Amino acid sequence: MAGMIVLVTGVTRFLGSSLAGRLAAHPDVDRVIGVDAALPEPAARSRMAGADFARADIRNPLIARIIEAAGVDTVVHASASATPASSAARTMVKEMNVLGTMQLLAACQRSSSVQHLVVRSSAAVYGGSPRDPAIFTENTPPRAVPSRGPARDAVDIEGYVRGFGRRRPDVRIAVPRFAEIIGPTVKTPLTRYFSLTPAVPVIAGRNSRLQLVHERDAVDCLMHLTLGEFEGVVNVAGNGALTLNQAIRRAGRIPLPLPSMALGTMGRLLRTVRVGGFSPEQVHLLTPGRVLDTTRLREQAGFIPHFSTVAAFDDFVAGLGQTIGTHTVETLERRVGALVGIRPAVPDDPPQFAEYGRPHLVGIDGDAGQPGLRRRRR
Amino acid sequence: MTSRASRPTSEPSPAPELRHEAGWQRGLAGALAFTRRRLTGDYTVDDFGYDADMTNTVLLPPLRLLFEKYFRVEVIGIDNVPPDTGTLLVANHSGTVALDGLMLAVAVHDHHPQHRPLRALGANLVFDTPFLGPLARQGGVTLACNPDAERLLSTGQLVGVFPEGFKGVGKPFSQRYKLQRFGRGGFVSAAVRTGAPIVPVSIVGAEEIYPMLADLKPLARALGLPYFPVTPTFPWLGPLGLIPLPSKWLIEFGEPIPTADLGEHAAEDPMVVFNLTDRVRETIQQTLYRLLLRRGHTFLG
Repeated sequence: MAGMIVLVTGVTRFLGSSLAGRLAAHPDVDRVIGVDAALPEPAARSRMAGADFARADIRNPLIARIIEAAGVDTVVHASASATPASSAARTMVKEMNVLGTMQLLAACQRSSSVQHLVVRSSAAVYGGSPRDPAIFTENTPPRAVPSRGPARDAVDIEGYVRGFGRRRPDVRIAVPRFAEIIGPTVKTPLTRYFSLTPAVPVIAGRNSRLQLVHERDAVDCLMHLTLGEFEGVVNVAGNGALTLNQAIRRAGRIPLPLPSMALGTMGRLLRTVRVGGFSPEQVHLLTPGRVLDTTRLREQAGFIPHFSTVAAFDDFVAGLGQTIGTHTVETLERRVGALVGIRPAVPDDPPQFAEYGRPHLVGIDGDAGQPGLRRRRR
Repeated sequence: MTSRASRPTSEPSPAPELRHEAGWQRGLAGALAFTRRRLTGDYTVDDFGYDADMTNTVLLPPLRLLFEKYFRVEVIGIDNVPPDTGTLLVANHSGTVALDGLMLAVAVHDHHPQHRPLRALGANLVFDTPFLGPLARQGGVTLACNPDAERLLSTGQLVGVFPEGFKGVGKPFSQRYKLQRFGRGGFVSAAVRTGAPIVPVSIVGAEEIYPMLADLKPLARALGLPYFPVTPTFPWLGPLGLIPLPSKWLIEFGEPIPTADLGEHAAEDPMVVFNLTDRVRETIQQTLYRLLLRRGHTFLG
């Protein structure tokens, strides 16, 4: 089998550029062409090292000519359903997402060389309502189909991809539905949201479950699906879940509960004082809370994410820096403990004393405890 | 919590006032540690949002007080609940406010030798309500739907379901201890599909906590509620009307009904499902009558 020729869209972004670079280094791949409407920044450029770059707007029929001329056999639409770093131009995003996908699919349909198509999708297609089951499998019908916003785009894009599949049954199509991608490098509205400091606004009375996928897993998974045999829709997410408030706490920030109506005002206010990046829509998107069933990913697609949801989030926080460190809280616990004369059960204190009843135990902070006090055992 | 029991006996036991001090101080240290875990996000929730730390530290203790001191719940036949396999508890539902679900959770957590957490199935209204929804998820409740029930059962959880739903909780006081329709038997098909045994649970006492004398339907419709209760104390006494009457409770766990031997396609066979549903319903109804006789006085027991 001759080496593959792969076209990757959205190489100005982390996912596209990393994937292009990784594919270019793969022995089975002859050539990688990265396309995007804008020039990639140096960081993205270095990530896609061995890949070629073609500056082309996928909304333009020119893309068909690139595919034809290079004899592309695999198309990876990594920019589909991408969440832009800035929430500014919603219309622009919609155009890129929906119209771009339509043009790209049209180009693929006409091309005789394209054999594999990987289109990135998002877990947002499941929508979210209180009537939904707690965990979504690929076959769970959404009770409330998203009516607008990026979620609607993702639903539309999957619709176009299904249509393409009917017209070109010979093409292998893989559609990974990614949970929110997070990591130290990637920039999404979600990473900006958690970067707000010291307080992160949340909707009062709601605490949704979050499921995340680490950026490295996301790239690995796209790589796996591009080179592998898997065909169909598959959920991609790290194991386990976090709640939104828990995540904010883990990031060393304070959840600031606001009535959902006040969020819009808050967003405008922040924008006025130039603390950009927070969009109320983002918070509303997080509200339903989605957890995905990844059995198909493990068993049929044969891909096991390296990071769990919590590990992925902690890796992101390590790059972010906590505003209120875990250490501060632990020190505070020891202080309060010393103040009221008790021995706090802080986790990383020295091992417990083997014998009990020692009259004077020396506390963690060097204070002598009162006689007869016992450490709490768990 | 076990430090006192595991302490070597050879040691001189501390003076009584010191032991007392050690107790509250341990409690305070525990509370501090819990606060720290909350502030740093150092706890785990499962895929359904169940937060064992929160449930055991904050949610269960006040309910336990209500369970032991206020309703004086008597638990019968807890041995019928298997030690660690996926099991479906099917219980009657009553009392205007669904305190019976909470008391059932305390019963299986405190009285079962393995201290199993109850994973109850709740109506979507619960998850739609601000504050209540996240709290319910933390406490282990998830939506009453077949995918969730089957997933929990197949992972070996103890699932509690109240098939009467709002028909049961919101029924007038005159119909107390008369089981309502058991839905479409979705819970039976979930148990059959996963081969989990069904344990019928009969709860006596919840009917009298808020005796519902009337249902203001137009007001309920306006507020988007399934019913708007009028009890002897609510809404007349305002917030005081929210205090439940101190009825004497009995919770009996019946003999488990095995479903594993019914075969592969039994879950899709409506006859099997209906028969099993009726059997469970009949068992609970008969047990309720028996328990009522046994209880005697409503409030004194």
